[in-house]
Amino acid sequence: MKYMMMMNAPGGPYQIDGWSKDDFRAHIQFMNDFNAELTQSGELVGAEGLAGPDQAKLVRAGDSGTPVTDGVFPETKEFLAGFWIVEVESPERAYELAARASAAPGPGGAPLNMAIELREVMSGPPDDLS
Amino acid sequence: MTRSLDASAERLLRDLTPQVLGAAIRRFGDFAACEDAVQEALVAAAEQWPRRGMPDDPRAWLIRVASRRMTDQLRSEEARRRREAAVADEVAHDRFARLARAIAGRAGEAQGDDSLILLFMCCHEALTRSSAIALTLRAVGGLTTAEIANAFLVPEATMAQRISRAKSKIKEAGSSFALPTKRDRAERLASVVHVLYLIFNEGYTSSFGPNLHRDELSSEAIRLTRLLHRQLPDEPEVVGLLALMLLTDARRAARTGPHGELIPLAEQDRRLWDGEKIAEGVALVSAALSKGAVGPYQLQAAIAAVHDEAAQVEDTDWPQILALYGVLERVSDNPMVTLNRAVATAMVHGPAAGLELLRSLDGDRRLEARHRLDAVRAHLLDLAGQNEAAAAHFASAAGRATNIPERNYLLTRAARLSGA
Repeated sequence: MKYMMMMNAPGGPYQIDGWSKDDFRAHIQFMNDFNAELTQSGELVGAEGLAGPDQAKLVRAGDSGTPVTDGVFPETKEFLAGFWIVEVESPERAYELAARASAAPGPGGAPLNMAIELREVMSGPPDDLS
Repeated sequence: MTRSLDASAERLLRDLTPQVLGAAIRRFGDFAACEDAVQEALVAAAEQWPRRGMPDDPRAWLIRVASRRMTDQLRSEEARRRREAAVADEVAHDRFARLARAIAGRAGEAQGDDSLILLFMCCHEALTRSSAIALTLRAVGGLTTAEIANAFLVPEATMAQRISRAKSKIKEAGSSFALPTKRDRAERLASVVHVLYLIFNEGYTSSFGPNLHRDELSSEAIRLTRLLHRQLPDEPEVVGLLALMLLTDARRAARTGPHGELIPLAEQDRRLWDGEKIAEGVALVSAALSKGAVGPYQLQAAIAAVHDEAAQVEDTDWPQILALYGVLERVSDNPMVTLNRAVATAMVHGPAAGLELLRSLDGDRRLEARHRLDAVRAHLLDLAGQNEAAAAHFASAAGRATNIPERNYLLTRAARLSGA
């Protein structure tokens, strides 16, 4: 079964901005190691980090048929910072991986305990419908 | 297929894969390295045969090429070792001696068919099911890593890693290249049968969007099960599995509409069913059932056969299906079976009786696919003419479905009822 793990970071200024170089490095190192481990275990389907929310655009088709874009939303409480798609044997394994990602180190090496939203990817085989 | 071979050469290559791998392992012993060498030989064949023509003895050709890869690899290992340390002399001597014996002794010698041993190895219980599936498709099925990755919609690197981990797991488990002992046999065979069933099910996902090529997995599962059946013709559950696959696959063309939408059994155009597969499946399951030892695969095949033998949905022998689900429920304690028995009960004794049976599943924690309970309840409420309640349950089932065509089907039924 495939799951998407969405890493939500607090809104407002990009969280990593104020970090010390060492803290930042430790965080990146953790993410690299985590991804390498998922590759090694044969579970990684894909992973991406997203650019900061101040660069985000919100697009919606307008009445005239032309897309209208808005800037983003300083009031947003949380934004999607990055995601993984993993293929695992059980939901429990997905919870375990999400908990690991949640505990990525932040300032002073303390775990961030970020909210990781876990969603199953629509891929299960259907039963024959009666 | 990415190779430029024609279909018959492709089939030949795939059929020969386990034989060539078996021969290589008997010579060189190292399953993991031999498996890589055989893959390289398959690639070489796919490149060279279309240009230079098929060799007179394709099997011998493949064994020769795979053996050459193994020899090259051992030689370069030895060279490296010699450069690094002279103390390795003894080891080197030993390995060269073995190599020399191997090359001199057995070239071209006909080996028995090792596919059965390989199936037992690749479906070892120590492996996760997804690893066992991947390794079986490559080592026994002769598919490339890219083809397997493509079928499971994961990156090739991930699949390569999964296969290589599977091979180290087998090594760790100390699995020897031999058939399992009598004591382990039943359990090991159950594992093989389960892995083949899972491969078939993966491929049975409807032909929808990017999944279009996945039906090859079902054909491959049938091919591998035929291989297993040839080796163990008297094993009732192997016969049952093969019959179940054929009887299910026979409905493939009728199972999806032009836009990939699911068409339920009751609404399928039965003229699209594959009569040849049905006849073969029916013959297999009838023969197996007459032998006595009845297991869950045979029973599921028997149920599929009853459905497949009804030329029109009205002709379906529901009392027979209900009886078979009753036996199946006793053999395998699985809430999914009870779900299906509820549908059969509704068809024989009316929807109220079916709904009554469903109530026994409320709160059953084993029912992993919770949405199936909602979907079946919705279907029975629909039969009972309770449109509103049926629509609500279809919508709730759709919200929890894990497959897009299935979700769309459930939403459509909910919409149809709300509109009525």
